[in-house]
Formats: sequence, structure tokens, C-alpha cells
Amino acid sequence: MQIEYNHQKKCLIVTIEGELDHHTAAAVRETIDKELFSGPAKNLIFDFGHLTFMDSSGIGVIIGRYKTVSAQGGKVVIACANQSVERILHLSGILKLTKVARTRGLALEMI
Amino acid sequence: MDNQMEIKFLSKSENESFARIVACAFVSQLDPTTEEMADIKTAVSEAVTNAIIHGYEGRPDCMVTMRAEMEGDYVSFLIHDSGKGIENIERAMEPLFTTCAEEERSGMGFTVMESFMDDLEVESTLGAGTTVKMGKRILHTKR
Ligand SMILES: Nc1ncnc2c1ncn2[C@@H]1O[C@H](COP(=O)(O)OP(=O)(O)OP(=O)(O)O)[C@@H](O)[C@H]1O
Ligand SMILES: [Mg+2]
Repeated sequence: MQIEYNHQKKCLIVTIEGELDHHTAAAVRETIDKELFSGPAKNLIFDFGHLTFMDSSGIGVIIGRYKTVSAQGGKVVIACANQSVERILHLSGILKLTKVARTRGLALEMI
Repeated sequence: MDNQMEIKFLSKSENESFARIVACAFVSQLDPTTEEMADIKTAVSEAVTNAIIHGYEGRPDCMVTMRAEMEGDYVSFLIHDSGKGIENIERAMEPLFTTCAEEERSGMGFTVMESFMDDLEVESTLGAGTTVKMGKRILHTKR
């Protein structure tokens, strides 16, 4: 699992490459929280374009970040999720809290 | 029974992806679709993760067993831990039920297993361990 991030328009864009499971969740959580607390970002975009696998541990990570971001009035958007990742997103009910976008550009427009 | 395999591995979180890869390699003999493969991968990941974080409460020096069987186009997986067991299985299987909310668990593991597999059975004894059995018919099969 590789994690990259950048800031754009008061928005933290996090790209997770590889697999998001219980084993990799801690590092993802740590990186995002550090940036959210110290950086200027109010909103969060997950770019899942290179995410090959996610299970319920990933759902926990997204819900946890949603709580932080929404508490400061920000939005969370999930971009570029593949079909299998999207199925678990649907099942979890998380899409009632966050929006999904087909591209990173569309995600930025939703913020 | 057409084929069978069994592995035992330490309850380390690194082994979650190991178990997923083994499960995928085994089921690939039935030539599943990408979606069927993803379903099995996710369900196995949920059961193995539960064994590690709940059954063994994060202790990395215990053994998890995964057994897989194939019968025609039906594949089944058994995941066993000799950990702390589940007090109330029915309640544990309810969507959103978790005993670890403060650790950012969403309580969706069993719901994922139930939705992505055709059959799911859970047996558990407090203080003795938990066995999850789940099966799925692979429709896109060569045979
Ligand atoms: N192998 C196990 N041993 C002991 N308890 C278990 C085991 N598997 C599940 N449980 C119990 O059942 C509950 C529900 O499990 P489930 O996988 O549905 O949710 P979770 O693991 O808490 O959260 P998530 O899977 O969404 O991260 C757990 O919180 C735990 O209390
Ligand atoms: Mg679970």
C-alpha cells in the first residue's frame, strides 16, 4: 500500500494505491489525520483510482475521517472507485454520508 | 469432493492479505469472474480479520486455520480461531453491531460475508473459539 496526498483549494486529496485492509488502515489513518490537523484543508477527497482492494476496515477509516471533516463543516468525496470497491461502499451505507465522483476533477467540483 | 486445502498461519495482520491471495489462487481453478473473485477475497478478508482482532484480540502469536473445499461449481471456506468466542452470535451478525466502535470498526464484517457469499454459518463457544463457514456457487465455470 502506498499513500500520497496533496492540497488543492482547501481540500486534502489522498491517493491510496494497493490494498486498504486492517493491516494497512493504521498508516492511512495516521497520514490523513496528521494532514487534516496541521494543514489548511477543510475538505477531503479519497482518490481510489489505484485502490485494488478494500474491506470493512476501509469503511471504518472513511467513517472516522468523515466524522472529523464534517465536524469542521467540510465535505468528503470518494473519487474513481472501481466496481468492487463501489459495491462495498454501497453495502455499508456510507454513500448516504459522502458523495462519489467518477473523476478527481468532478470530485473537486462537488466540494 | 473435488479438491481441498488447508493452511495455518500466525494471527499477524500481514497474513490477512496472504489468506486472501491463497483463497483466490484456490478458487481460480473454477475460472470465476472478476466480481466473484472479488466477493470471495473480501469475505475471506472479513473472517480472517475478525479472527485476528476479535478472536485473538490482536495477539500476533496464535494460529488461524483456513480450509477450502471445492465440489463441482461450489467452493466453501472455513476460517477458525481458538480465541475468545462470541457471546451472542445473532447479535454479532446484525449490521452495524460492533464491540470495537472506539477502534473505528463499522460492524459490517458479517454483513459483507452474508451479501458476498451464498451461505454463511457461524459456530462459536465462549473461551474456546469461533468457526466461520461460508460458501459460494461459481456460476462462470468452465466445467
Ligand atoms: N472470530 C471472532 N471472535 C470473537 N468475536 C468475534 C469474531 N468475529 C466477530 N466477532 C464479534 O462480532 C462483532 C461483529 O463482527 P463484524 O465483523 O460484523 O464487525 P466488526 O469486526 O466489529 O467491524 P468491521 O468488520 O466492520 O470492521 C465484532 O465486533 C465482535 O464482537
Ligand atoms: Mg469485522
